Amino acid sequence: MISISGLLGQAFAILLALVLAPLLSGWVGQCRAWLQNRTAPPLLLPYYQLQKLFHKDVVLAHGASSLFRAAPFVVFGCMVLACAIIPSLSTDLPLAPAADAIALVGVFGLARVFISLAAMDVGTSFGSLGGRREMLIGFLAEPALLMVIFTLAMIAQSTSVATIVETLAHRELVIYPSLAFAGVAFTFVSFAENARVPVDNPATHLELTMIHEAMILEYSGRYLALLEWAASLKLYAYSCLGLALFFPWGIAPGDDLLALVAAIPLLVLKLAIGGALLAGIETINAKVRIFRAPEFLGTAFMLAVLGLLVRLLLESKV
Amino acid sequence: MFLCDDTAIEFTPQPGAGAPVWRGHAPSGDELKDFAAAAHLAGGRLAAIWGSDERQRGSGFRLHCVFGLDRGHAWVSFDLPADEPSYPDLSGIFSAANRMQRATRDMVGIAADGDDQRPWLRHGAWPADWYPLRHDAVHAAGMGAGFDNLPSDYDFVQVGGEGAHEIPVGPIHAGIIEPGHFRFSVIGERVLRLEQRLGYQHKGVEKLFIGADMAHGARLVGRVSGDSTCAYAWAYADAVEAACGVAAPPRALMLRALMLERERVANHLGDLGALGNDAAFAFGLTQFMRLKEDWLRLNHKLFGHRFMMDRITPGGVAADVDAPALAAMVEQCGVIGGEVKKLRTLYDEHAGLQDRFVTTGVIDAALARELSLTGMAARASGLLLDGRTHRQGYTPPPPYATLGVRPVTDERGDVAARVAVRFDEISESLRLLREIAVGMPSGDTRVAVAPVAGASGLGVIEGWRGEVLVGVQFDKDGKLARAHPHDPSWQIWPALEHAVMKDIVPDFPLINKSFNLSYSGADL
Repeated sequence: MISISGLLGQAFAILLALVLAPLLSGWVGQCRAWLQNRTAPPLLLPYYQLQKLFHKDVVLAHGASSLFRAAPFVVFGCMVLACAIIPSLSTDLPLAPAADAIALVGVFGLARVFISLAAMDVGTSFGSLGGRREMLIGFLAEPALLMVIFTLAMIAQSTSVATIVETLAHRELVIYPSLAFAGVAFTFVSFAENARVPVDNPATHLELTMIHEAMILEYSGRYLALLEWAASLKLYAYSCLGLALFFPWGIAPGDDLLALVAAIPLLVLKLAIGGALLAGIETINAKVRIFRAPEFLGTAFMLAVLGLLVRLLLESKV
Repeated sequence: MFLCDDTAIEFTPQPGAGAPVWRGHAPSGDELKDFAAAAHLAGGRLAAIWGSDERQRGSGFRLHCVFGLDRGHAWVSFDLPADEPSYPDLSGIFSAANRMQRATRDMVGIAADGDDQRPWLRHGAWPADWYPLRHDAVHAAGMGAGFDNLPSDYDFVQVGGEGAHEIPVGPIHAGIIEPGHFRFSVIGERVLRLEQRLGYQHKGVEKLFIGADMAHGARLVGRVSGDSTCAYAWAYADAVEAACGVAAPPRALMLRALMLERERVANHLGDLGALGNDAAFAFGLTQFMRLKEDWLRLNHKLFGHRFMMDRITPGGVAADVDAPALAAMVEQCGVIGGEVKKLRTLYDEHAGLQDRFVTTGVIDAALARELSLTGMAARASGLLLDGRTHRQGYTPPPPYATLGVRPVTDERGDVAARVAVRFDEISESLRLLREIAVGMPSGDTRVAVAPVAGASGLGVIEGWRGEVLVGVQFDKDGKLARAHPHDPSWQIWPALEHAVMKDIVPDFPLINKSFNLSYSGADL
């Protein structure tokens, strides 16, 4: 049943994602600066950058095809859809049936395919370099993410994200050891998927070391703004997914408006803590050699499989 | 006898207090080539090559080659006829000669008879038959004005085979750094070959020296490569003092050493931070930049300039420090030394950083010798080359003769070795600075220097990057007829092409930064 409050909640969740995502990136940037003993940039810096980019003219490469121009919209759309079906505030999401957890991985994959193709479209060496590195990371990260989701799906007996979260959030307290493995694996995957240290460095100016940044080097103006926004949405989506799966307390069940309102400050608090932790991990780590990234993601995959085995062998009676 | 018994070149020591230099004249091209081969056999290295136009002084052109040998430097000149000047190719003996010879051809129009006749510094901004450093090259308002900017074709060496492709990088980069072009031939991420194309920073410095007076030359030489301004200024001062037969007073020499060591520490601090940052360890960058900033601010307080530009002049120094200033400096050495020690522990024990540093960009000792490497890069490959330290048959010039610099080397030759050498050199320089403060002699800080018409000299200084050479020659009016500033980057840039070959593309920025070479200094 689609309720009014459900619709409202859905609309609000999307709106909140669009607003909070750049803020989260700004917050991570601030925390990084503080941890390095630097004066932090303003919290709203990502908004200023988006505003600046939306007002700039677009410079297109001569060889750019329509794919290059369409990709930012596809990527942005994918990220908005991902944010819509991840229960950040409430599990009553009318859009949730649009895609289950496995399809969610597919949505991220679709965005990846488009951005990689667009990077190769203009034919610069850095675009292809970034595109093929992104595919390397992606094809290692996706199976690990799927394994994490399978573990959770087995607990909830459903692959719908909303159902999984509802099951985890509103059951009597049961400890699932498998979740610990899945949680660590998910954290690893999130770092790789969001181009963070130790896999990629979002702050680098060294074009030869870039992964994500190399792919968007040729973009400018509103296209770049969309891609930057999409990147923060992706970070937001992964953060919310992690919080919803592993720290689901406070997410509103069904159509409880009051709980929905109460969920907002809790989400902000959880994101703030998560962002600070992310900045902390980024600060104490150096970037790994790119050929160590498969080891990093292999570890994530192994942990996810362990989680699945623990679920099958130890928790199947639960 | 200077080097070997069978050379026909007569060597005479250059007067002056600078690094030991012997001057000789090769009567023929064969003698020059024989001497180069003998120098190579004796474990020597090529330090510099440049040319000068002597046609106004009655002969044709002159080629200058400087070889670094155990006892000091051998400065060999060789006269060439005014028509079709050509000399034997030395790049078969010293591979470092290749770019220097090509640059000499571009600038003066005297060519080695080798196969590689590609231009080096000339990028099409002037025609191939116009040589900027010839006295009859038209010096229109704005150097090279009136020429069309011609397209310049450049034959990069092509690498073929299944899956091999090229990645062109630069000269415009994603960050705000100096321009240089790097052509990678790769298979996937693996680097098969790197070829550099430099010269984008060419700004005609050598031309500006011609006809300049001595003091203007001193200011100009300090701006060839700003990060080594003290080394250049001192090398120039040594060259001028050798040419004019004066010696700077002891206090001036001590102050020069003080500035040179401060320059060394400042650059090593900056580079150590940048090395961390290139491995995405931004924490290191922030900490080291803070230390460097403190260091530069004290420079400004003591010498009135953050980089101590124009403070070393022919005849002495243009700045003096009093006892309280020295005390402040010693105190800062203690503070910075303590912090660097902590950061060194952090770098050494950081598994992620060490994983990036160790075995990355290896240059072994044999290759380093073959490439005529100098300075920090050579020492990190296990070569004990430091113009400031005593070694068999070599006494460093004052004040280093009495300071007793302990040599720093590392056998590994990788990025980790260059990081370690930098750390060790910082501690050694901090120790030296304390010793300098204690042993600072009293007396004058400068003597008057009058240019001697027709005289010439060569100065060699162990800068933070390596050996900086400046050769000067005065004309009959006491103006500069020619000055050649030579940056150690000339010899170390080709080493980068070798260092990256066993590694992958994303490791290049780190390897590059571990050398941190000057574009400006080598592009002139």
